[in-house]
Amino acid sequence: MDKTRLIYLDNNATTPCDPRVVEAMVPYFFEKHGNAASRSHHFGWEAEEAVDYAREQIAQLISADEKEIIFTSGATESNNLALKGIFEMYARKGNHIITAETEHKAVLDACKHLEKQGAEVTYLQVKEDGQVDLAKLEAAIKPTTIAVSIMWANNETGVIQPMREIAQICEKHGVLFHSDATQAVGKIPTNPRETGIHLMSFTAHKMYGPKGVGALYVSRKNPRVKVTAQIDGGGHERGMRSGTLNVPGIVGFGKAAELARLEMAQDAERLSKLRDKLEAALTKLEETKVNGNINSRMPHVSNISFKHVEGEGLMMTFNQNIAVSSGSACTSASLEPSYVLVAMGLGDDLAHSSIRFSLGRFTTEEEVDFAVEAVSKGVNHMRELSPIWEMYKEGVDLTKIEWSAH
Amino acid sequence: MAYSDKVLDHFKNPRNVGVLDKNKKNVGTGLVGAPECGDVMRLQIEVDEDSGKITDARFKTFGCGSAIASSSLATEWLKGKSVDEALSIDNMDIVEELALPPVKIHCSVLAEDAIKAAIKDYQEKNGITTEQAEDTPASA
Repeated sequence: MDKTRLIYLDNNATTPCDPRVVEAMVPYFFEKHGNAASRSHHFGWEAEEAVDYAREQIAQLISADEKEIIFTSGATESNNLALKGIFEMYARKGNHIITAETEHKAVLDACKHLEKQGAEVTYLQVKEDGQVDLAKLEAAIKPTTIAVSIMWANNETGVIQPMREIAQICEKHGVLFHSDATQAVGKIPTNPRETGIHLMSFTAHKMYGPKGVGALYVSRKNPRVKVTAQIDGGGHERGMRSGTLNVPGIVGFGKAAELARLEMAQDAERLSKLRDKLEAALTKLEETKVNGNINSRMPHVSNISFKHVEGEGLMMTFNQNIAVSSGSACTSASLEPSYVLVAMGLGDDLAHSSIRFSLGRFTTEEEVDFAVEAVSKGVNHMRELSPIWEMYKEGVDLTKIEWSAH
Repeated sequence: MAYSDKVLDHFKNPRNVGVLDKNKKNVGTGLVGAPECGDVMRLQIEVDEDSGKITDARFKTFGCGSAIASSSLATEWLKGKSVDEALSIDNMDIVEELALPPVKIHCSVLAEDAIKAAIKDYQEKNGITTEQAEDTPASA
């Protein structure tokens, strides 16, 4: 195996910044270095103009009005601003928020924070395919419910939620719908107004833009939504998020949005074929399982469990050449496997045995072929080392063994 | 996370992978950990009844790189040792030898448990009771 070869199949963690995006950003570091809030001179006007243009590019990607885009430092901040901002702004209406167990930590931890401030939060269980149960969602709504927060697509499995149906339920009961759309925006069509989403978090670095810049879409009409600012200062971003704007980052975000709008369809088509090829090849190995609803899934993601092989060890067989993520967080002292997979009803053992492959705009077919070979080899190697694979092969019922948990 | 060269070496070239006949009287088998925890180690020793020394040791491990390296190292260390000497192997010796980071110390603990469990199994099969045997942790 080529030791120097490096293949990146972890695009759900972050995407490389497209060179065309980098090119667009460069002038805004030195020549055009102005503060977009400086209203009295050329440098400020130039920066403001660049920000306005980027805002338009981003608004266009999601078919929104540019006034509905609030720039933040990333999706984590957007999620925090949305949830905490709604909670404060709509305190008179109620204190109940509904979300799901498989949400990103930025949503879950913001909700936990709000619980300490007096919020009541319902964490919905998901179905085995990773989707929210619509009946359970509707049943959870009560008079004090102010918002539902459900992600568009899951970061670990790529599972896409039934967004329109969730929005209809929210509309019927008059509650706000926030979505963490970090993994979806720029990769699949995301139109919050048409879908019925009132607040939507997303970020540049998952769509071939730079890190450190994100946005929160906040609906301006029907309904007009407001959030209480969580960062106070100069009253930037219509008072919802103070702080000097990250002009080069925003310019890059805008360019990335434009490229996504133009290239999304072809990228998605090409990547879904590559993903299907990878998945078909790897599931030829014995005792493998694809996690999540394969009929409602992001085109570039595959999450596979390789039974009786521990994910982190498996990754070590090929991580000098291939970058992926594992559902086994064996690096943490708690030894907790992926809470997303566990919430979907996978046993802890299968969750520990899972690998997430996320392809991207710069992934080639040849890289996928290389990865398939390396991963297959790794799985076979690790199974030779695995006592539980041996026991399984001998017909031992692993569930009947009294394991000494440690 | 970056692994030490020694972990990488054991991971890439694991020593003494395999299985000994667990039905033999002079073979002790220890199976510790649990699939749900992401680590299972099976460690076996074969003891020469005349000299009381461990003549062979084998392992198979389901787990991360550090778990595999810890058990591989353990089998290397066990060979040639008497049972009493083997009982004195401490998990911190493994941590030191492999330069394991704090989050991976549990791998060394598991390897020590596996050694003790294998010895306990051997001693029970052969009707040997020692203080050390009574001190060993309960294992699968």
